[in-house]
Amino acid sequence: MADRIVGRRSVLDGLVLPARNGIVSVIEATPAARFIYRGDPGLIGDAFGIALPTTPMQARASGARAALWLGPDEWLLLAAASEATTVAAAVAGKPAALVDVGHRQVGLSVSGPRAAALLNAGCPLDLDEAEFPVGMCTRTILAKAEIVLWRTASDAFRMEIARSFAPYVVAFLVEALHGIDR
Amino acid sequence: MAGLHRTNGGGRIDRKKRLSFTFDGKSYEGVAGDTLASALLANGVHLVGRSYKYHRPRGILSAGAEEPNALVAVDRGDGRSAPNLRATQVELYDGLVAESQNRWPSLAYDVGAVNGLFSPLLAAGFYYKTFMGPRLLGSNWAWHKIYEPLIRRAAGLGKAPTQPDPDRYANGFAHCDVLVVGAGPAGLAAALAAAESGARVILCDEQAELGGSLLSEWSIEIDGVPAAAWLAEAVRTLAASPRVTLLPRTQAFGYFAQNFVALAERLTDHLAKPEPSAPRERLWQVRAKHVVLATGAIERPVVFPDNDRPGIMLADAARTYVNRYGVRCGSRAVVVAACDSGYATALDLRRAGVDVAMIVDPRPSGGSAVSGAVKAAGIAVETGATVIATRGRQRVSAVQIGRATSGTWVRCDHVLMTGGWTPSVHLFSQSRGKLAWDEAAQAFLPASVAPGQSQRSVGACRGAFGIAAALEDGFAAGGEAVGWAARARDFKVASDVADFSGVLGASNPGAHESKAFVDFQHDVTVRDLKLAAQEGFRSIEHVKRYTTTGMATDQGKTSNLNALAIVADHLGKPVPAVGLTTFRQPYTPVTFGTIAGASRGDLFDPVRRTPCDGWAQAVGAVFEDVGAWKRARHFPEGSEDMHAAVARECRIVRSAVGMFDASTLGKIEVVGPDAAEFLERLYINPFQKLGVGRCRYGVLLNEAGFIIDDGVIGRIAADRFHVTTTTGGAARVLNMMEDYAQTEFPELKVWLTSTTEQWAVIAVQGPKAREVLAPLVEGVDLDATAFPHMSVKAGRICDVDARIFRVSFTGELGFEINVPADYGAAVWEAVWREVQKHGGCAYGTESMHVLRAEKGFIIVGQETDGTVTPDDVGLGWAIGKSKRDFVGLRSLSRPDIVRSGRKQLVGLLTADPKLVLEEGAQVTAEAKPRVGTPALGHVTSAYWSAKLGRSIALALVADGRARIGARLNIPMPSGDVSVDVVAPVFLDPKGERLNG
Repeated sequence: MADRIVGRRSVLDGLVLPARNGIVSVIEATPAARFIYRGDPGLIGDAFGIALPTTPMQARASGARAALWLGPDEWLLLAAASEATTVAAAVAGKPAALVDVGHRQVGLSVSGPRAAALLNAGCPLDLDEAEFPVGMCTRTILAKAEIVLWRTASDAFRMEIARSFAPYVVAFLVEALHGIDR
Repeated sequence: MAGLHRTNGGGRIDRKKRLSFTFDGKSYEGVAGDTLASALLANGVHLVGRSYKYHRPRGILSAGAEEPNALVAVDRGDGRSAPNLRATQVELYDGLVAESQNRWPSLAYDVGAVNGLFSPLLAAGFYYKTFMGPRLLGSNWAWHKIYEPLIRRAAGLGKAPTQPDPDRYANGFAHCDVLVVGAGPAGLAAALAAAESGARVILCDEQAELGGSLLSEWSIEIDGVPAAAWLAEAVRTLAASPRVTLLPRTQAFGYFAQNFVALAERLTDHLAKPEPSAPRERLWQVRAKHVVLATGAIERPVVFPDNDRPGIMLADAARTYVNRYGVRCGSRAVVVAACDSGYATALDLRRAGVDVAMIVDPRPSGGSAVSGAVKAAGIAVETGATVIATRGRQRVSAVQIGRATSGTWVRCDHVLMTGGWTPSVHLFSQSRGKLAWDEAAQAFLPASVAPGQSQRSVGACRGAFGIAAALEDGFAAGGEAVGWAARARDFKVASDVADFSGVLGASNPGAHESKAFVDFQHDVTVRDLKLAAQEGFRSIEHVKRYTTTGMATDQGKTSNLNALAIVADHLGKPVPAVGLTTFRQPYTPVTFGTIAGASRGDLFDPVRRTPCDGWAQAVGAVFEDVGAWKRARHFPEGSEDMHAAVARECRIVRSAVGMFDASTLGKIEVVGPDAAEFLERLYINPFQKLGVGRCRYGVLLNEAGFIIDDGVIGRIAADRFHVTTTTGGAARVLNMMEDYAQTEFPELKVWLTSTTEQWAVIAVQGPKAREVLAPLVEGVDLDATAFPHMSVKAGRICDVDARIFRVSFTGELGFEINVPADYGAAVWEAVWREVQKHGGCAYGTESMHVLRAEKGFIIVGQETDGTVTPDDVGLGWAIGKSKRDFVGLRSLSRPDIVRSGRKQLVGLLTADPKLVLEEGAQVTAEAKPRVGTPALGHVTSAYWSAKLGRSIALALVADGRARIGARLNIPMPSGDVSVDVVAPVFLDPKGERLNG
């Protein structure tokens, strides 16, 4: 990608992502700064631009920024790559933990009318919108890989995958797409 | 011709769409909508298989999943062959190639039929008796050389495919409010009721079309319209509901805890030319809030002598063939009806032009409710009688009707029998529901649902027989499942059969009980069952195993209840006193591919590769598996073998410089005001006073005091540590830390985050390491005093933010560069260019092992095995002497830990310097130890050291440190090896190279 710093190589480079017109498509999620914030959610206040959600398994998003609840004291923070230092400064000096995980994992966007069906080829959760509404996020599994799954729209999900598991996840989705026919 | 025996109209087939197929190499024609069984019958083919033990000719018995006889192999070529398919379930497609099984050389002339002559030898318990029989020639020679090979060759049920399965298989996890299993009248009504409420409903049925028994109804009317029209409307209604998923061709085969039900959906087997990339089957793993089982009932055969001749079929199957498939199974039938449903069959056959010679009803008074219509049709009825003999070699030609041992012979070309109906409680039983014997129904019926299973059985599977009863029962249960209490609906059904009771067991087999078959697939006869009872077997579980009744691939769907009744009768006990065998998954066989799904080949398990892996692959590295990771083991040049490559790599690291991909090391960022205190409590080492920018080698124990992990820990800031773990221990250590943080030390403000995959780690080791890095780094003084051993600095390398550690696992001057993973490949390549300028090389894990062993550095899991303390491996110095506590501390003063005689890490040098010991070899004091001599210890690591020009080894030896200087022995199969015990550091004991 043109805007990528010279020398940076995504683990997804060179992989063909699965897609079928009008059914489902998988694309690399916008490159992002990623942090794990652990500690008291109040400490971060407005500094991140989004109040950290304290309802379990909820994500809040505004523009390129998003905060995903992963545990009672753990959030995944996403921001535009250019905002990495701003985010880091927001937590500086506070008795909490902010850890850069921008390279630890990669993001995939899965969208289309059959997005949930494709994910359910390997994810055992109930992805019916009544059970897993827009804005819900959780750690779960996709086949034999651990992922973070976040429903961003009625027919769109974002997955965050540990770097070394990404080729497996992509290959699994390519395989699973063969079973998506309706 | 689409079949000589096809009716002119009616049924659910398309007579215009003709399909050609072959069976045993002979071409036939069927039509769209046929199964292989219906198409064969349409062509007058009844002989389709040979029985398991006696190779008796067998025909199509049923029209469904319960078929015990008509097992075929279907071969699509290219490894796509499936054995043991029930012809009654194989949908016909143009070009289908099917073969019969269990016969040689051909179905009509099978040499195995000679088994029939020896049938007394093969009676119940034959296998057991043979196993236990006289031991000829001092061993069970006869079994191994004669019986077993003979039985195996002759008794195979189908052939396993020899090629890998070329098909793909899909998987789907699904959730629903109501899962309805079975789309007969009860299941359809349940689904309709549940769907009305807007609930999420999954309705699955094993057949190609939804409808169950309604597909075979001709005369029934439901709510004033013909059954077929009512069915079409019901399916239309369900299909139109967006919350309803209809799954035809889908067998619910397993019912597990908490309403978890496994379904196998057939996707392409019915297609003549499936899309090559389309999956063949899909495994549905369904978690349902409520399950409605509408699995129907299976008709029972009547047990009479020679009841297994081709042409002798279940009555309702014949009705299905004529009504649904437009196929007459013959021209002249005898109906043996111990149940009123047989009378309905006779009427439907008569309507279709079949000459019904006679209805034989073993019940003394016959089927009173239906006899009027039968008499009106002019069909003769003989009550209180049964079949006492049959004739016909490869097809039944006549039956003898009588009340004892004599009777009249009646000519016919097919015999239709019904002994009544057995409710299909298989899935209910799998769900751990309790069955109870119902005296009125003469059947085991669902009695109580297992805890955690929200479930209802409806219709015939719980004894509610008849279309109207099934519809009403299903509708009520469907409504109840979605919380609509007491919601009833009446269904008006015309021409419904009301009485489905029948008879159990054998109907007067007389002197020929050895030919009155109960279990058709395993050739179990009335005589076998009685023999088992005579030999002392009392429980049906034992009788089953002794006679193998119900143990074939059909799991005794048509035979279990008859077998049970025969045993009960013989023992003079009521049926429930003899018990019922357990129903097990799968209901019908499921192909392995469906279970495995995507998990095969490259997708069998995730393969983890590091950011620098592409370079290693490109230069031809040899990899090894370390957990799920692929790690470069060595980098051979030219024709080097591993030994040569490792020797070269080690030499170059010691003399110049080498680079190593350490990215797989586990990494945990430990952050918070109490981070140092937390590590102080976890590790044996002191961390409170570790300065920012300094590193410490940390050793982690479990509560028993044994080493479970180690790694270098760097203090990045006052409140931030970069902890490294072993590659294999990364997840385990993080979990352990999180456990302690949450449950033992909740007062500490400390948080853990895995950063294993955030960083690519490139180790640069060797005397030239500093020169390699100097041109690449920015803002880092690499000078020995500014950047001493065991320190860490943040800086930039190749214009990328990095954490640079001065650490060494080789004993050489060394650095480990951590860069964000996406830059790993670019930085590796930049370092490689510099390494080359200094005559350096890349080295793999094997050289890493040798280099660290030369220095006596342990590898957790190699020098340790979960029973090794820090002192055992010479790491007692690492324990913070002033520490109050850490995980495992208390255990280190246990008597067994402080006693003398514990195994301690030492070095071993072989008297012959060229001989490399085997890892795991035992160590003894004397040469040629007597058998039973306890070992002093064992070799944990052994390598060829190129640097030292000799072999080296590490070992755990009892009182090892006190034995330094002694000579010990390694007994090997090839002879004893003398070794000298030395300190476990072979190179540079003062560490001068390290601090260079």
